[in-house]
Amino acid sequence: MIHKYQARIYVTLRPSVLDPAGVAVESGLKQLGYEGVEHVRIGKYIELMLCAANEDKAREQLDRICDQLLANPVIENYRFDLVEVAALIGASS
Amino acid sequence: MKFGVIVFPGSNCDRDVAYVTQTLLKLPTRMVWHEETDISDLDVVVIPGGFSYGDYLRCGALAQFSPVMGQVVEHAKQGKFILGICNGFQVLTEAGLLPGALVRNRDLHFICDRVPVKVERTDLPWTSAYSKGQLITLPIAHGEGNYYADADTLKALEDNHQVLFRYCTTTGEIDDTGNPNGSANNIAGICDRTGKILGMMPHPERASDPLLGSTDGMKLFEGLLHTMSVTA
Repeated sequence: MIHKYQARIYVTLRPSVLDPAGVAVESGLKQLGYEGVEHVRIGKYIELMLCAANEDKAREQLDRICDQLLANPVIENYRFDLVEVAALIGASS
Repeated sequence: MKFGVIVFPGSNCDRDVAYVTQTLLKLPTRMVWHEETDISDLDVVVIPGGFSYGDYLRCGALAQFSPVMGQVVEHAKQGKFILGICNGFQVLTEAGLLPGALVRNRDLHFICDRVPVKVERTDLPWTSAYSKGQLITLPIAHGEGNYYADADTLKALEDNHQVLFRYCTTTGEIDDTGNPNGSANNIAGICDRTGKILGMMPHPERASDPLLGSTDGMKLFEGLLHTMSVTA
């Protein structure tokens, strides 16, 4: 049986990689008066749907997708949440 | 010696490169559309600057899956020459043909300028027409030119003398003030272990016609040409 999943993928810069955009946003927030804000890091959020025999297979496939294209392992880390679409529909209705 | 210039959707320095090899150097040159799958006639592949695939996802990330890139990897395996300039350098790192990655410039700006660059090594065809330690001035034009690699990779690059070009001050100092984009070790251009694959952010093709005020980049093409004609 094939299951359909929605993946929510978060790609973030590795801690050792400089994020000048994050630094600029942080300084903007401080100018707005949010003095307590720190360590702003900007990443990417990607959604996709995929079909797989089960959740393990879906996770395996997503790992490959992230390693091969969505994230560059030299500079980025990734993590993802997986939601079965049927469950998703059930939750929203 | 035959040149091929890869053209991706969004490449925009392809004709500048062809102008140098074909018009100025009178060498056979052809444009290679990214869908081509036979480039066996080429001796040197140039991946030009531009914004391949709109720089979507990451610079160079999508270009690596173009049909022609499989042939570029094959070209590399055969020990033939590959030059990646600017976006071409980004494509080569994304494709894994060169180590590291190019990330956003330290100061966020897109930089369009002429900067001093030091030639670190002259025993490879690419730099054979320069003198060791020579200071040259080359144009740069990039938003993501900050070379990044982890400490081990950087050490391997230095140990193997794979850094061919470094950003420097006008007096040749390799320091932060001479580093326009924050690149690790002021790296402006590196080669692979074999020395056949060169990736660089500066644009030698934009400093090749005397009409444009500088011919500092022409020596790169001349050196390659000279070495090839001697060994051929």
